[in-house]
Amino acid sequence: MTKVKSLADLKKMKETLQTKIDIREKGDASESLVQIKVAMATCGIASGAKAVMEFLMEELDKRGIQAVVTQTGCMGYCYAEPTIEVKLPGKEPVIFGYVDNKKADDIIEKYIKNGELVDGIIPTNFESIDNK
Amino acid sequence: METVKLTIDNREIEVPKGTTIYKAAKSLGIDIPVLCYMDLHDLKVENKPAGCRICVVEVEGRRNLAPSCSTDCMNGMVVKTHTTRVINARRTVMELILSDHPKDCLTCPKSGHCELQDIAVRLGIREIPGQEFAEMSTYKKDFSPSIIRDVDKCIMCRRCETMCNDIQTVGALSAVNRGFMSVVAPAFEQDLEKSPCTFCGQCVAVCPTGALTEVDHTAKVIRALSDPTKTVLVQTAPAVRAALGEEFGLKPGTSVTGKMAAALRKIGFDFVFDTDFAADLTIMEEGTELLDRLTRHLNGDKSVRLPILTSCCPAWVNFFETNYNDMLDVPSSAKSPQQMFGAIAKSYFAEKLGKKRDELVVVSVMPCLAKKYECQRDEFKHDNNPDVDYSISTRELAHLIKSFNINFVDLADEDFDRPLGESTGAGVIFGATGGVIEAAVRTAYEVQTGKPLPKVDFTELRGMDGIRSATIDFNGLPINIGIAHGLGNARKLLDDVRAGKANYHAIEIMACPGGCIGGGGQPLHHGDSSIIKARMAAIYREDAGKTIRKSHENPYIKQLYEEFLGKPMSEKAHHLLHTHYFKKGNKDIFI
Amino acid sequence: MHLLVCGGTGCRASSSDAIVESLKSELAANGLENDVQVIMTGCFGFCEKGPIVKVLPDNTFYTQVKPEDAAEIVREHVVKGRKVARLLYTDPAKNEHVSDSKHMGFYRKQIRIALRNCGFINPENIDEYIARDGYQAIGKAITEMDPQQTIDIIKKSGLRGRGGGGFPTGLKWEIASKNKADQKYVVCNADEGDPGAFMDRSILEGDPHSVIEAMSICGYCIGASKGLVYIRAEYPLAIKRLKVAIDQAREYGLLGNNILGSNFSFDIELRYGAGAFVCGEETALIHSMEGLRGEPTVKPPFPAESGYLGKPTNVNNVETFANVPVIILKGADWYSSIGTEKSKGTKVFALAGKINNVGLIEVPMGITLREVIFEIGGGIKNGKKFKAVQTGGPSGGCLTEKHLDTPIDFDNLIAAGSMMGSGGMIVMDEDDCMVAVAKFYLDFTVEESCGKCSPCRIGNKRLYETLEKITKGEGTMEDLDRLRNLSQVIKDTALCGLGQTSPNPVLSTLDNFYHEYLAHVNDRKCPAGQCKSLMQYVIDPEACVGCTACARNCPVNAISGERKKPHEIDTAICIKCGACIEKCKFNAISIQ
Repeated sequence: MTKVKSLADLKKMKETLQTKIDIREKGDASESLVQIKVAMATCGIASGAKAVMEFLMEELDKRGIQAVVTQTGCMGYCYAEPTIEVKLPGKEPVIFGYVDNKKADDIIEKYIKNGELVDGIIPTNFESIDNK
Repeated sequence: METVKLTIDNREIEVPKGTTIYKAAKSLGIDIPVLCYMDLHDLKVENKPAGCRICVVEVEGRRNLAPSCSTDCMNGMVVKTHTTRVINARRTVMELILSDHPKDCLTCPKSGHCELQDIAVRLGIREIPGQEFAEMSTYKKDFSPSIIRDVDKCIMCRRCETMCNDIQTVGALSAVNRGFMSVVAPAFEQDLEKSPCTFCGQCVAVCPTGALTEVDHTAKVIRALSDPTKTVLVQTAPAVRAALGEEFGLKPGTSVTGKMAAALRKIGFDFVFDTDFAADLTIMEEGTELLDRLTRHLNGDKSVRLPILTSCCPAWVNFFETNYNDMLDVPSSAKSPQQMFGAIAKSYFAEKLGKKRDELVVVSVMPCLAKKYECQRDEFKHDNNPDVDYSISTRELAHLIKSFNINFVDLADEDFDRPLGESTGAGVIFGATGGVIEAAVRTAYEVQTGKPLPKVDFTELRGMDGIRSATIDFNGLPINIGIAHGLGNARKLLDDVRAGKANYHAIEIMACPGGCIGGGGQPLHHGDSSIIKARMAAIYREDAGKTIRKSHENPYIKQLYEEFLGKPMSEKAHHLLHTHYFKKGNKDIFI
Repeated sequence: MHLLVCGGTGCRASSSDAIVESLKSELAANGLENDVQVIMTGCFGFCEKGPIVKVLPDNTFYTQVKPEDAAEIVREHVVKGRKVARLLYTDPAKNEHVSDSKHMGFYRKQIRIALRNCGFINPENIDEYIARDGYQAIGKAITEMDPQQTIDIIKKSGLRGRGGGGFPTGLKWEIASKNKADQKYVVCNADEGDPGAFMDRSILEGDPHSVIEAMSICGYCIGASKGLVYIRAEYPLAIKRLKVAIDQAREYGLLGNNILGSNFSFDIELRYGAGAFVCGEETALIHSMEGLRGEPTVKPPFPAESGYLGKPTNVNNVETFANVPVIILKGADWYSSIGTEKSKGTKVFALAGKINNVGLIEVPMGITLREVIFEIGGGIKNGKKFKAVQTGGPSGGCLTEKHLDTPIDFDNLIAAGSMMGSGGMIVMDEDDCMVAVAKFYLDFTVEESCGKCSPCRIGNKRLYETLEKITKGEGTMEDLDRLRNLSQVIKDTALCGLGQTSPNPVLSTLDNFYHEYLAHVNDRKCPAGQCKSLMQYVIDPEACVGCTACARNCPVNAISGERKKPHEIDTAICIKCGACIEKCKFNAISIQ
């Protein structure tokens, strides 16, 4: 193992290592971050949710948006899979249906960055126990 | 010197920085009671664990009370030594200590000399609240040949520990257990005899209570005196006469040789002899051995080891048998004066009386507790009959004199009996550190050079410094002398010898600080080291007053060699007056 | 996704090791072993409901997880995204599941500084510590500041020693730094001795690097190149993690010669203690490390002048050290903005006793006892009434209802007759007898006294005996009087902190619960029904049907009576074991 030779080295190391525990840091601060849940039940995965999720994670990172992307179970909107729920800090969660990579790109650029709504919003009809 | 100003009991005082409150108060004449604290200033021994908490005082601005023995004075300090808060605390703490202390004062060997008793009296303790349901910490009583440990009476002052570890570096005693069952004991609470204890008795000398006392042989001595079939001889060591008077209220340093001889005769000893005689005999043997080794060494005999070490101190013998048993050929093979006396008494003198050795009882009065152990060693017995039957301490002799209702102070001086009671000044100074080697030099010089000494007093060998050295000119031959007293100092010197760093020809070692005058069997000094200095002065005064001051000039010693021994280191002398040493390793630690 | 499994000693004792294994194999079975990480962390503090599994990033907090729950967690939560409701924490007040730990009462009022990494990083992986800004504080100190500037930050932050004394840490460092010597030592006191307190162990188990880093910073400040951690041998896991951490730090060159390319060199060794309470006192600790009997000596000289092997030595405890790196990085002003005027920052407490949420908490100084006990602690168990809280370990005092709204800090607790100590907090309810409580603590101090000074060695024993007498119903008014005098004298005269504080439980219960003492002495009654000697089992002849169940089950044949007629208990024979009460189906037996 190589020795850390200076404070600058140490800081560089930190940058690299930080991503490994990023998910936990964000967990602690999730309230102030963009939270995206991708429905990944059988129906979602069959409709391509996994690809969307990977796309979202990569793109958000590339575009420098601090966001937590997690998988979740079936939201019940099987007709509109893949579905994702996006919660901006301080706002009510919004659910988008028929999300493919292009739609995902739209959601990032328009909704997440600028708060503009895009097509395909599904009105929520339940409260999760998380929000109690 | 940097000083600090403070107020004690409304009086201002300026003291050197680093002075404790206790000492500052003392200089104002304010006597704060202390129990665990002990300061043997001249021996550089200070014991202040601050454990007993009797000496607490009130310091303005401090949350709790301060132990005056170990709290340094600070600028602007305002100290009150006897407020109601202080007195109540002191009394309560004293009640606590007494609540865990046996109440058998009537039969306690320390009764009348007990510092705990003194403070209880001073504080006026009349009852111990809650005693009826107070548990006492009790331990096994430990009987060794010299010392009895009755640590139910231990108050954890740690003085014995300081002496045993810091001063003597013997390491036999230390605190064991914790909390209520804490006590000072050998490791694993094994018996003292199985520990590295040398029986020097310094622990006994400083114990404020009856936790550490000597094995008392006075009852056995009385039994022997009352047996008409026995002839009872007594010998008294040089240091006894310099201290015995203290037990009868005489000033420390009062020499009581004549009164002591008279008292011993009154008690009923058949012959009142002097160990000083045997001290002269020791010089003859040891001095000859020194010259013999020296001559062979100078002639290039590689098998000779120098320096020669004195061997008259039994605690020192125990110490090197345990700690330096790779060097058992270094000490002189001469027996100690006590044992030389016993050997001569039960051979030469028994023949003179026409009695068998078991018809004689030899009692020694010693300033020492290790002598009790020494006279019980197997090599000093013939057919299970010891050369010296009983060894009693100076304190025990005082008890004997008192129990025989003798008005000691008013006794007229008497002389010792002949032949074993005649001694020279050289024999007397055995009692002080440096004395044995000075006595040896007085004789060896004249024997070696064939010339009379220009002056008898070798003041360069005297004093209280722990380790001293001097070079004596033996008519062109420089003889390097080393002296150590206290086993801790002895260890330093011996380590140098073992490492080949010291180039001494002869070394005198005494186990007790000050030499025999500071022995474990002497009247208790209760922490006042000026007493030891006064005894030392008495020894040298007695020497100066003697007409004969060199051992080889003692007429009865000459007679002994002529009639019986032949010459020093003869075969007969070797048989009777010399001994050998044993390896005492790690004794079985796990019981 | 990360699954954090608590690896503190408590949770490990409840087989959290097996949980990790089960989770890993379940993930593998679902082909998710590369997507989901399972990490064993340090203590989460919520020991009452351990073992804990936390799912990140959604902050799901599973409690009392068993190895066999792993399959369900993976299948439901990881694969399907459905939280396993039955494993979620239930808020006892609202009887609702709480899924996100941020919303749990237990965590809501906490500010975690010393425990910042506990339950968050893998303590055996230095990379995770570095990822959390680890070792940047020592880097900043040696690269950008001189020792005095570093000391000034600690001084300004107002950090005080967390071991109990509350001595200002920066000042302590400054004194040690000013004493000149060829060798100095930094000692970390990890001899956590208060029964029930385990914050130091948790920090060492959960975040050992923070202590290592802080010791280096201290070494830099005072001019020491050697650090020693005095840790009790009963802490095997903490020792293991500390050793791993020291090795890793050495490999990275964060311990050893020329740290981060500077002139500063520092290394750390461990010293093991045998578990004597008094060895938490710094002079006793130093003697123990030197191989001497573990007992305190009079101060001055302070360790800063003459400590380990006679050299200037700075001793701080684990929690104090754990605060240091953050203070250096975030600044003195940030730290001193937390807490009260004279007690800055946070304090970790070990909550125990009759409280719902037993565990380890870190709260800002100045929080009230009420908030700690009723909000974080979730109130008293089984809906009983709060009676007292004992703070400061065995030699702290018992505080009552009237102290509940006192802001907790060093000075307020002392003013109330207790102390901060190392942060033990034991809650008592209406069923606790306060005389028995005082006796319980005295039993501990009697056992742990080193025996050096007479007031502590003998005095505490006598206090204990007197309390014993009172709980047996044999006490007198003189005994109460003596208890008070003896307690005051012991406080006034004992040599070290142990003895000076050991009578606190007696004095504070005498002050706050004198009526309970009087009931024992005058009425020969124990109001809480705890003191066996003062209890009597009585059969109500009206309710007894003579079924003989009690008589048949009495182990000492103290119960007699004819069939179908009321029975009687011979109180002279009865040993008050309670077997009869359990067997009686008619509630005919009561304790009076």
